[in-house]
Amino acid sequence: MESQAPPLRVICPGRVYRCDSDLTHSPMFHQVEGLLIDEHSSFADLKGLIEDFLRVFFERELAVRFRPSYFPFTEPSAEVDIQCVNCGGSGCRVCSQTGWIEVMGCGMVHPRVFEFSGIDTEKYSGFAFGMGVERLAMLRYGVNDLRLFFDNDLRFLEQF
Amino acid sequence: MKISEQWLREWVSPALSTEELAHQITMAGLEVDAIDPVAPAFSGVVVAEILSVEPHPDADKLRVCAVSTGQETVQIVCGAPNVRVGLKAPLARVGAELPGDFTIKPARLRGMESMGMLCAEQELGLSAASAGLMELSADAPVGTDLRKYLCLDDNVIDISITPNRADCLGISGIAREVGLLNNLPVKAPDFPRIVESTAQAFAIDVNASEACPRYVGRIIKGIDISRPSPLWLQEKLRRCGIRTIDAVVDVTNYVLLELGQPMHAFDLDKLQGGIVVRMAEQGESMELLDGQTQALRSDTLLIADHKGPLAMAGIMGGRQSAVSAQTVDLFLESAFFAPHLLAGKARSYGLHTESSHRFERGVDFQLQIAAMERATQLLLEIVGGAAGPLQEVVSQADLPVRPDVMLRAARIEKVLGFDLPAGSVERILRGLGLGVTATADGWQCAVPSWRFDISIEVDLLEELARVYGYNNLPVKQIRADLQMRPQPETALSIRHLRRHLGARGYREAITYSFVDPELQQLFDPELAPVALKNPISAEMAVMRTSLLPGLVSAVLHNVNRQQPRVRLFESGLRFIPGDAALRQVPTLAMVCTGQRFSESWSTPAAQLDYFDLKGDLESLLALTRVPAAYGFEAASHPALHPGQTARITRKGQDVGLLGALHPSVGARLGLSAPLFVCEIDLDAVLEAAQTKFSELSKFPEIRRDLAVVVDKSVTARHLMEQVRSVAGTYLTDLTLFDVYTGKGIDPKRKSLALGLTFRDQSRTLADEVVNLAMGQVIDLLEKNYNAELRS
Repeated sequence: MESQAPPLRVICPGRVYRCDSDLTHSPMFHQVEGLLIDEHSSFADLKGLIEDFLRVFFERELAVRFRPSYFPFTEPSAEVDIQCVNCGGSGCRVCSQTGWIEVMGCGMVHPRVFEFSGIDTEKYSGFAFGMGVERLAMLRYGVNDLRLFFDNDLRFLEQF
Repeated sequence: MKISEQWLREWVSPALSTEELAHQITMAGLEVDAIDPVAPAFSGVVVAEILSVEPHPDADKLRVCAVSTGQETVQIVCGAPNVRVGLKAPLARVGAELPGDFTIKPARLRGMESMGMLCAEQELGLSAASAGLMELSADAPVGTDLRKYLCLDDNVIDISITPNRADCLGISGIAREVGLLNNLPVKAPDFPRIVESTAQAFAIDVNASEACPRYVGRIIKGIDISRPSPLWLQEKLRRCGIRTIDAVVDVTNYVLLELGQPMHAFDLDKLQGGIVVRMAEQGESMELLDGQTQALRSDTLLIADHKGPLAMAGIMGGRQSAVSAQTVDLFLESAFFAPHLLAGKARSYGLHTESSHRFERGVDFQLQIAAMERATQLLLEIVGGAAGPLQEVVSQADLPVRPDVMLRAARIEKVLGFDLPAGSVERILRGLGLGVTATADGWQCAVPSWRFDISIEVDLLEELARVYGYNNLPVKQIRADLQMRPQPETALSIRHLRRHLGARGYREAITYSFVDPELQQLFDPELAPVALKNPISAEMAVMRTSLLPGLVSAVLHNVNRQQPRVRLFESGLRFIPGDAALRQVPTLAMVCTGQRFSESWSTPAAQLDYFDLKGDLESLLALTRVPAAYGFEAASHPALHPGQTARITRKGQDVGLLGALHPSVGARLGLSAPLFVCEIDLDAVLEAAQTKFSELSKFPEIRRDLAVVVDKSVTARHLMEQVRSVAGTYLTDLTLFDVYTGKGIDPKRKSLALGLTFRDQSRTLADEVVNLAMGQVIDLLEKNYNAELRS
């Protein structure tokens, strides 16, 4: 954002780290972050993009909902939930009986971020999103332990 | 934050089920994590009074009691230690259903009839363990259904409040949201302005008004602290996850939960002179309520008296001045501390309290007096006493400023993607407590004191979207100019390499970027890797300078699980410390061990060797269409086998390493079969050449084979390079088709068999031309390599 003028469309996968390890947390995992800035990009476009992506990724029609949340770098911000891919929304262990699974965070880029990058907020608006690769893969393939992604067991790798 | 559903419904009660209500507030941004019933299902339990207690004729530990149910007196046999005349306790009557599928029937215990069961909390599922009967208050109405009496048909709703919404850290704030979402008025409890009944005040000096813009205090004299909080208050606290201590602490906690204002009560008798709100001085320390003594830093705001610290402001009170069973006179505090000056302070002392949680995020700075009046009212009702005057020290200049925020109608369309009718905009903003004035192109909005998160236009857009409902907003497809991007043929993609390696039987591994320092040392003893400041374990303590330690560990994982054949590759960054900066080098690594082929009837079993991996690597390098740019030079490496190690070069530059793991290293790691490894800079493999067409010759080729015996130290690669340089322009192909050592050959020498192919573009080659070239080759081999021609 600092070095290029809008319109901008960025998709950025990468390794991220944290000091945490259990069934659903690993000290390293992968995130994909995306950013789109243009003259006419609104929350409605963000919703369209994310809904399309999730339906294409899971290769099925599934209910998607946007829930207000808070991130310091976007506003409005949302958490995105999908209908539980395990039970279809009736409630199970995977979705903690709620029928919904949180899959990513997103929102409209905060004006302060534009300010720091010298982008005119009157002219441009944009959105950003981020999601965990392993988390989505777990849901897509029904993998039940995050750590399997880093054990590199051939019996696991050969399934893909 | 845990709240009682019933408590919320006292303020505002939409016609929604618990689940519907939870869904509604979740979708407004107050995410409900859990809904738990306050009590499990049970029936037939009433408030009962024990009228008489007689010993059981046949059992030492049992008592025979006459118990009043309000309508009749029944005989109950009971073994609880606290059973006594006059006690009011829950009675499960005959026919009652208790948690755990337990139905009460008439029973005889050691010959005495028992027409029901007096219950402990545990038996009703109200607590995990209990020592005796549940003791109900002396004024509990006998005969009332217990569920009704204790309001047990209630749920605890656990809401996770995002850090920007401190205004919802109290029932009042959540009620405001629920009222707005359902278009219902919110009923706040009535509490009158307290009329002082003693003139006694306590001096308050605020010497740090920036950190404490408002301090409200009051004396309450002559309380009876032996009087416990009423059951309804205790129950509300319990449902919100707060334990009952004594009536004074309970009331301050109640106000915290109800209005969101943290308060503190001091024992007035323990205070010296007056209250001083000031920053701590270096070297001061104090004992906190949790029993720990903290050495205070000078950036810490204190509530002190003329003698010393009383409390860490907004975080935790001190032990010495705390309310105790002996307290008679109170000094109550209700203050506003500046969030930005309190942020992170509790954490820096390893503390986190209900109070610090709220002050750091922002407490309504106009709430202090109302909270004081509410607490005073409750205390006077419960523990009695005489209230002193309400004392306030305020520095208007230091209170937060809430400039008006302008909202332009056009921005709603631009950011949210749709037009929200003006009526809806105004209804939503007013419902949030904003003052709204229409302007030419939108609205001017006055922000209430409880909202610390509304200062710019987009904050209002968020509120509109949130209350209107994210899921009611339209959905659109993004539009963009279509511009064709270059796809250079000379840039291979990693995807290309992945597919190629996959087809050759290699599986892609992803190993951690941090590795065991010992393993790291084994593979790269000369580099001091970057160490993590806070590693998750000793085995993951340094950033890798090579992909091999991780891959070798992955091989071990598989070998230990009886895999006879392991081939893995990984692409990722190596982290190379340098003088100037850390270099992050994209790298590709491959490892293989075990059987060459999967077990099969058609191929004999064989262990793979160095040349298998070299061949796999060369096939990868061939993707660049310039395999000749790469070379392999004998090399040494501390972790690799001395005779089977090569540097990989590209255009003369070192770009990687290939070799067999040193047997001693393999043995140390617990690998019995040979392991072959290679690692190459990714960039060196991704740069390809663009094809330039060469004419296809119409003329036949001539092939000549040649076998020579040379010293073992001669490398075939080197020899072939020399052959190519003298064989002339007609040479189109040169292959090494046999290497032989053994019987019939000097043990210090080896036989190399070369195939040379010649062809010309414009004519059929004559034998003499080829013979001439072969003569030059043989001359060279005899002269430079002391080669003997084999016949």
